[in-house]
Amino acid sequence: MTAMTSSTRAARRPGRRGGSHWWIHVVLGVGGFVMAFPFLWQIIMSLSTNAQVQSVTPTFWPGELQWQNFAQVFERLPFLSQLGTSVMVTVIRTIAQIVLCTLAGYAFARMRFRGRAILLGIVLSILLVPSQVYLISQYQIVAPGLFSAFGTFLMRTAFLNLPPELEEAARMDGANPFQTFWRIMLPLARPSISVLAITTVLWSWNELLWPLVVSTRAEDMPLAAGLATLSSDRTIDYPVLMAASLMAMAPVLIMFIVLQRRVMDGLASSGLK
Amino acid sequence: MTIHTERNPATGTPARTQRASGPGAPGTELPDAPRAGRPPRRTDGFWPWLFVLPLLVGVATFYIWPIIQTFWYSFTSWGVFGGATFSGVANYVRLLSDPQLYQSLLNTVIYTVIVLLGIPIAVWLASLLNTTGLRFAQFYRVLFFLPYVAMPAAIALVWRIMFNGDYGIVNWFLGRFGIDGPYWISTPGFALLAVSLVGLWSSLGFSMIILGAGLKDIPPELYEAAELDGASRWRQFRSVTVPLLSPSIFFVVIVTTISSFQLFDLLYAILGSTNPVIPKTMSLVFYFYSAGFIDNDKGFAAAIAMVIFVLIGIVTLVQFRVQKRWVQA
Repeated sequence: MTAMTSSTRAARRPGRRGGSHWWIHVVLGVGGFVMAFPFLWQIIMSLSTNAQVQSVTPTFWPGELQWQNFAQVFERLPFLSQLGTSVMVTVIRTIAQIVLCTLAGYAFARMRFRGRAILLGIVLSILLVPSQVYLISQYQIVAPGLFSAFGTFLMRTAFLNLPPELEEAARMDGANPFQTFWRIMLPLARPSISVLAITTVLWSWNELLWPLVVSTRAEDMPLAAGLATLSSDRTIDYPVLMAASLMAMAPVLIMFIVLQRRVMDGLASSGLK
Repeated sequence: MTIHTERNPATGTPARTQRASGPGAPGTELPDAPRAGRPPRRTDGFWPWLFVLPLLVGVATFYIWPIIQTFWYSFTSWGVFGGATFSGVANYVRLLSDPQLYQSLLNTVIYTVIVLLGIPIAVWLASLLNTTGLRFAQFYRVLFFLPYVAMPAAIALVWRIMFNGDYGIVNWFLGRFGIDGPYWISTPGFALLAVSLVGLWSSLGFSMIILGAGLKDIPPELYEAAELDGASRWRQFRSVTVPLLSPSIFFVVIVTTISSFQLFDLLYAILGSTNPVIPKTMSLVFYFYSAGFIDNDKGFAAAIAMVIFVLIGIVTLVQFRVQKRWVQA
């Protein structure tokens, strides 16, 4: 484990002899193109006609761009109300998780109370249970996503790693535990809070099984469930479907491209999907 | 693919999160000095409860209680008009004699194995990305990571068209090499293969990022020493990179296995829930979904959920056993 802990050292592999990286660029370029191709293809199809999408020789450039496919999304599908559901569910879950998990995480990390170890154990044991087990008896889409064992674990670790001196100083000055938490500790935990926010947004926006189970009317579904149920629908043209799926993914993809390092480091350090 | 089901990095996670440490980094604090002047307090009174109660109530209501309920449901059968009656182990007996269980388990294992094959590729690509002074490295990282953040239900619709037997671009591409591509979506074996390849595609970037962070922590002196000893690139890779990277590799294997066992989104959205190949290609979670929410057989679905629970527990246990042997301490 020794090699893993020294993250601050600027350890890099020594440069390759010759300094020419052309073949590395070839490998990564081809690989990167394969990774990105479905997104490019999706954009192209969203601007094509249905006939072009279904032609045996692929249409790499549609010629005349069919922008009305995007307008059609709003006419043919309950896209707006599904978008509304997605936004609402995601915002509520993210705020609730930040509030509840930072509070509980702080108490589990820094406060002393009876039964702390056993309560923490109970909360964390949920991480071992696959979601199917508690999915059957749910009827409501938002509520279960407000409470997160993972978030509590994440925030507890964050607070455990903060220096205790500041807290002591605040207590000496007569701050009550909430004031200490709010003014001193919470601002210091900001990097972990952003990790929690990013993971909650991603999970909440993309999740499929849960919303599929609890929502019965298409209008009430979030986008993921709305799109998935269209998979076998033959009445919607492919380009319209592509335009809809592109718009559904866009908010999260934009968030990722803007915050790239933070999203990648955050997800990698939390290790979840 | 829920957050709530994931194991946490308590085990083999590369320790990268402790950036906020500063002067009082963990481990450096003085053991008793600050506390010496105060009388020892046993508890913090009512304050901690204000902090933890909201979460505890929620966890009890939406997790603990449903888990207990599901366990109970798995021993009941459900009438047409709802209402559960105790039926002992009948659900489990029926489940264990249902060929669909074994088919779903087999499909899930096949999917998991194919997705895991991406990890050696990810090790290779991550070590290329880690080359000193490589230009556009961040750009490549973003490209490889894109599939991981894309909504599975949305990008699956794109793959569904790309895998179309008549006009899909995959078969057009294969055709350029003289290969007559199959009807991916409507042939059972190929349908599962298609879903697995998309799964590999979507998790590759995630593995690369974790492995890349692990690679950065390998001290360069080791490579210098190996080079002085005349070790070849390949030898360096085998004797320095792989052993020192083993905690990260192990972590990626665990996370990938557990999330692959949860296969549902891609399967549902690529193949479509009414696709005739579904019985032959469904995963364990899809089996659970179709029992509980298409056939509305809650007791039976609860039994499936408990079986998934046990299987994931076994897989995790086995992996931790293997870790003890394989991962360098």
